[in-house]
Order: sequence, then C-alpha cells, then structure tokens
Amino acid sequence: MKAAEVEEIQKKPKTRKTKSVEEEHPLEKWLRMDRMPHIWCSTCGIGTAVTCFIEAIKKTTLAREDICVVSGIGCSGRIAGYIKQDSFHTTHGRAIPFAVGLKLANPKLKVVVFSGDGDLSSIGGNHLIHTARRNLDITVLCINNFIYAMTGGQVAPTTPPTAIATTTPYGNYEHPFNLPALAAACGAVYVARWTALHVRRLTNSMAEALQKKGFSFVEIICPCTTLYARKNKLGSGLDLMKFYHDNSVIVNGADPREVDIQFQSEIKVGKFIDVDKPTYLDSYNTYMKTKLGDKFKPYGVTDEERQ
Amino acid sequence: MKADPAGVLTGVHYLDGDKACAEGGLAAGCRFFAGYPITPSTEVAERVSERFPYMGGMFIQMEDELASMAAILGGSWAGVKSMTVTSGPGFSLMMENIGLGAMLETPCVVVNVQRGGPSTGLPTLPGQADMMQARWGSHGDYRLIALSPNSPQECFDLTITAFNFSEKYRVPVLFMMDECVGHMTEKVVIPEADKIDLTERRYTKKKPGEYLPYAYGEDLIPDMAKAGDGHFFHVTGLTHDERGYPDMTWEMQEKCVHRLIDKIDKNVDEIFMIEEENMDKAEVVVISYGITSRVALRGIQLAEQAGMKNIGRMRLITVWPFPEKRIRELAKKVKAFVVPEMNYGQMVLEVERCAGGQCKTILVPHGGGTVHKPETIYQAIKEAYK
Amino acid sequence: MKYWRKPLDADRIKIPEGELHILRERCKGCAFCVEYCPKDVLELSHEFNSKGYHPPIVKNGAICVHCQLCEMLCPEFAIFCVLKNQKEPAHES
Repeated sequence: MKAAEVEEIQKKPKTRKTKSVEEEHPLEKWLRMDRMPHIWCSTCGIGTAVTCFIEAIKKTTLAREDICVVSGIGCSGRIAGYIKQDSFHTTHGRAIPFAVGLKLANPKLKVVVFSGDGDLSSIGGNHLIHTARRNLDITVLCINNFIYAMTGGQVAPTTPPTAIATTTPYGNYEHPFNLPALAAACGAVYVARWTALHVRRLTNSMAEALQKKGFSFVEIICPCTTLYARKNKLGSGLDLMKFYHDNSVIVNGADPREVDIQFQSEIKVGKFIDVDKPTYLDSYNTYMKTKLGDKFKPYGVTDEERQ
Repeated sequence: MKADPAGVLTGVHYLDGDKACAEGGLAAGCRFFAGYPITPSTEVAERVSERFPYMGGMFIQMEDELASMAAILGGSWAGVKSMTVTSGPGFSLMMENIGLGAMLETPCVVVNVQRGGPSTGLPTLPGQADMMQARWGSHGDYRLIALSPNSPQECFDLTITAFNFSEKYRVPVLFMMDECVGHMTEKVVIPEADKIDLTERRYTKKKPGEYLPYAYGEDLIPDMAKAGDGHFFHVTGLTHDERGYPDMTWEMQEKCVHRLIDKIDKNVDEIFMIEEENMDKAEVVVISYGITSRVALRGIQLAEQAGMKNIGRMRLITVWPFPEKRIRELAKKVKAFVVPEMNYGQMVLEVERCAGGQCKTILVPHGGGTVHKPETIYQAIKEAYK
Repeated sequence: MKYWRKPLDADRIKIPEGELHILRERCKGCAFCVEYCPKDVLELSHEFNSKGYHPPIVKNGAICVHCQLCEMLCPEFAIFCVLKNQKEPAHES
C-alpha cells in the first residue's frame, strides 16, 4: 500500500459501530454488564442458570427492587456480582445466615441465596438445615457441579463415589449428600432438581420457588468442564450436557430419598416436594398473638395490614 | 435524633450488666438481634427475647455464632440496627464475619462478655484476655472500635454510644464487657427517651442508578443504601472499588484497606473516652479498664494510705483505638505506668509501646477466674514508686 | 412439516420466524446453542473471535422458529433471538 493511501485511510473518521437496540442482549438490563465477561469457563453451566433465574424473576409478579441475591464463596459465589439486584457477596458458607438477617430485618424483601454445593452443604451445611427447619421464607438455589471448582477441584460433599478430585486422587470413597433429600428432611416446603440443560423446566421451578412462601430449594446440576470433567476424563462441559440429555429422567413427585446420584449414573430430576407449612414469621406472629394478646406488636406487618 | 420511646424503659432500676446492656441496645433503637446462648452473656439475649415482642423487634436464636454474626450484618444492610452478644469461644467463631463487617463497612454492635480462656476455660468466671483478639482477631488489616464498661450503668450508657459510633463510622463496634460487670447488679438509671441522643445512619440521597456504595467524601465514610431501595448495589468481601466491584490489584488494596484504617485513625480524638484522676502531679499512673479498674481504685487507696500521694488513675473506656497520644504525653512526665489486667499482658503491650522506654511499665497480670487482690496492685504501685 | 391430517387449530397457529443475533466477541465457543438448536440453524464458525473461540454462525436462518432455546442455554449472554415475522404454516396433508 502506498503511503498516500494509508494516509487517506487514517484520515477517514473511524466508523465505530454504536450499539443498536438489536445488538443489546435482552438480559443486559438485568446484569452488571460493566463486569462482563464473567469469570466462568467456557462450557460452564452457571451462566445458563443465571439466565434461567432472570427469566424466572420475569415470570413472577415480584417487584424487582424487592429481590436480593446473596452468594457465598466459589465459582457460584460470583453470581451475586453479576446480577443487577441488591446483591451481596459474603463469606464462605454464610450466605444463608446473611440472607436470614436481610429477610427478618425487612420481611418485604424476597431474599434469594444463589450459591454452590460446597458453600451451602459443606461449610454452610448447618445453616442450610436450620433455615429449612425454621421454614424461613427464603429461596436457595444451589449450583451442584460435584466439586470445589474455584479452589482447583477438591472433593465436595456431593462428589459421587469413585469420582476423582484433587484431594481424592484415587477416587472418592465417601458417601455423598443427596441434597434434595437433605433439604426435604429438614423441612423445606419446595424441593426440585434440574440440570443446566433443562432450561425451561428449571426456569419454571425457579419461578415457583420464588413465589413459594417458606423455604424453597432448587438444586441445579451443572457442568464443570475445567475440573470435574477434566479430572474424570468426561470430556468438556458440552459432553456433560449431552450426558444429562441422555441420562436424566424426569420423576416429578419422586421420594427425595431415592434421587441420590452415583458416578455417571442416571440423574432423577423433577419437582419432588411442594407442600404448605407456616413460615417462621407466620408462626411467630400467630403464636405470640395467642400468648401476649393485644400487647404483642406483630412483626413485619404494617399498621394498616394489622387492622 | 432522639430515641424511640417504645424501646426505652425509663426509670430507676436494679439491673445486672447484661440486662442493662440489653436495655441500652433497645434504647439505641436495635430492632434485630441474632445470637447464640453462651455463658456469661446469655442474659442479654434472654432480656431482648422477652422485650422485643412488645416493641416490634425481631429476635432469633441462630444455629451458631457464625450464623449470628452473618445474620446481624444482613439485618443491618436491610436497614435495621442490629446486635449480637457472645463470650469467649463464640467470639472466636464470629471473627471471620466481623472481618466481613469491617470490609463491607456495616454498622452493628457485637457484645463480648469476657470469660476465662483459652478454649472453654472458665465459662462462669471473668477474664479480660480477649482484648488483643478484639484488635487483631479477624485476619487482614482493619480498624474497629472497642469499648469497655465497668458498671451496669455504663453497660447501658455505652451500648448506646457503641451504636452511635457504629452508625457514624460504619464499623462493627465491639463491646468488651467481662463476667463480673455482666453479672454485677447495681442501680441503673434509664433516662427519658428524649434525653437519649442517637446518631442516625447516613443514607444516600442519590437516585437509583447514580449511587456508588463506596464513594466517599472528606470524612472518608461512604453513604449507605439499604436493600430494597432500588439502587441495585453490589457489595463484596473481596477488595473492591467504589462501585463495590471486586478489583484485586495492589493499588486498589492500598486504597480500599487504607481508608478502612484512616476513617478510624483520623477520627481518634472523637472516639477516645478516658477517665482520669489526679494526673497533674502523678508520679505513677495506674491504667486499667473494665472490672479491674474498680479493684485498682482500692489498690490506689491502699497506696495512698501508705503515704504515696501522687498516684494518677486512668481508665480506658475506649480501648480500641488506643489513646496513644495521651500515653506518650504522660510517659514524659511520670516514673511508671502500672497496668493491672485479667490476662498475662495484652493492653500493657500498647502502654509499653507508647511509653517508648521513657518510663517503667509494670504489668500486674492475673489469669482470670476472679478479680485481682487489691493488695497485689498496691504492691505493684509500691514497686513503681521506688 | 408433514401431518397425517390437518390439525384442527391449523388456521389459528402461526409459525414464528426468528432473527438471531450473535455477540461474537462475548462468545466462549461452548457450542451449547449449536448442539441443542432443534432446527439446526447454527454451526460453529471456523473463524476466531478475539478471545480465541469459535463463535457460532447462522447456517440457515430462514428455518429459525424463535424458540429461544439458544438464548436460554447460552452461558455467556452472547446470543439472542428477535421475533421477525409470523407466517402461515405450510401444510402437506
């Protein structure tokens, strides 16, 4: 190219494409776009779960500003940072008690804990079971990728027997948690499990969970390509998605005790529990009213509502 | 702002320190309490659980102290003044989330009714051995405020101050009682609600979309927002920029953590509370805090009876940040500091540091389980006086 | 589409036509959209984006029925579908 031609090109105003409406992804107003791209690996399923969550919010009648998202630590712990709601990235395992504080201090809020299997069932296991026991009105969405991914692939309480992790280099010999059974046994009023491939059903389940009064729990089986799939020679996250496609069975209403997952076994998915029970606050207000009568000031109820 | 009369039990009462502390919290407007039972702090939780149903507060006994601490941070972000109470082992469990409180700049009050340690130690008996834990307990660098009362009346008054400090500086305030003060019953006068001044949280006046959670002005303290107001803010325990977004660079670490420290250090003069007596011609100064300050008083009396007239008495009410400036000043003038405390040397390290070798620093250690014998303190004063 | 008889609601049902938008630079090449598109509208391109991934390209846009499954499955918020048109179904009975 001649120098003159180069100059000619350089002189031309740079036609930088401005973003037209069509090029703006419809989820952009729900996400913190200034933080994109997110940290999740290619073929990780967490991003898919986030899309489902936002679609689920749209399906409900909840006011957007009332929805708070709380996460713990780990890959899934970063969810709170990407969703454009009032969102809190807390300490490892303590997302649920933080959420309990938010909810009880302002019962108007719809508080959602969106975190991982290790965060919720290992270090935060005690909070999971007790919050379910109290039937505290929060929604817990648990990304289960069977491994501690952020820290480099260590064994989790959900890792299936014989699966390889960096701290079980010869395979896992522990009995894993069956999370739906755990949540159901502790008193959750809504329990469902879907894989990251079941986007429509997962979205519906999340919407139901959001609108359920009481402790709702949705487990999302999610592909982890970099650690779980790689360590176990299962291919990529896409191969795991294909595996879910071929090996998941929808059993709505199944007894949660029978939905445990073995290494590369059939995955039973569906809505397992949907019952009604007074929430923590309902029980408190009803019981205290009978005990203390008119002197009791009901909690989380406005003066008009009381009359 | 003045206190809400619903939470103020105006009158003259005969209360123990724990209950007085609970009343202080209620008067200060605390309406969310999450705790876990542990001796000798449980009476605070019991009192709150009894009183809250009448005033529209929410008490919850959590599954452990980790949860209690996390829950009050959540409560505070939902816009309600929150507190928790614990002792010894529970205080250790709270440390991680006290760090989160410091990082998220969350106002709340954490009461520690100190007992003998380490480990289970002496559950029903006093200690003052958590003082350094109050300063350095959570990992990383941060500054908090810690107060130490020495009577049930102060348990009431200073709990209100603790809330005021926490709201003003956006930090968890540690309320370092001890078993003796907690279980000692004395007259407590609770004033009328309109006599109690409260510092209210400074909420942002920005419109949704314009608010940055960690943008700060001259006083280094960012305005707060509460969940549900439509600001769609994000806060994280990671090192963050003023948007609250993670930014894990050394430059941001410097900026973020330095401000957490500066916002307390630069306001030290406002936070200091010390009680002094006979300082003008003091040759020896006895520095103490909490219940030990009351025993020290008797030790000083014994010394005075024995002819040692120039003994100054200093009581730390604010223990952290430490009154460095004042100790440095005194160190130039006096012969010695005598520091009795119910541990084997914690606050004495600070005194010694500030004295900088300009005068003697004598520790009067005690393992806890009971208070010092006044005679021991007297002996130390005699030693210092030589 | 071939039916053994004409569906009763055939006169009311319209087939939506979708227009796919791919944000190439945001894509991490997971191929979820390519694999699960029920109409096989997409394929991975041979070109790289600046991250070094192969984003999908529209192979046969005309047959997209705006099911938005690609949009739901995409973990990167990098593909979405806009309803372009609704057309009468062409039946062979």
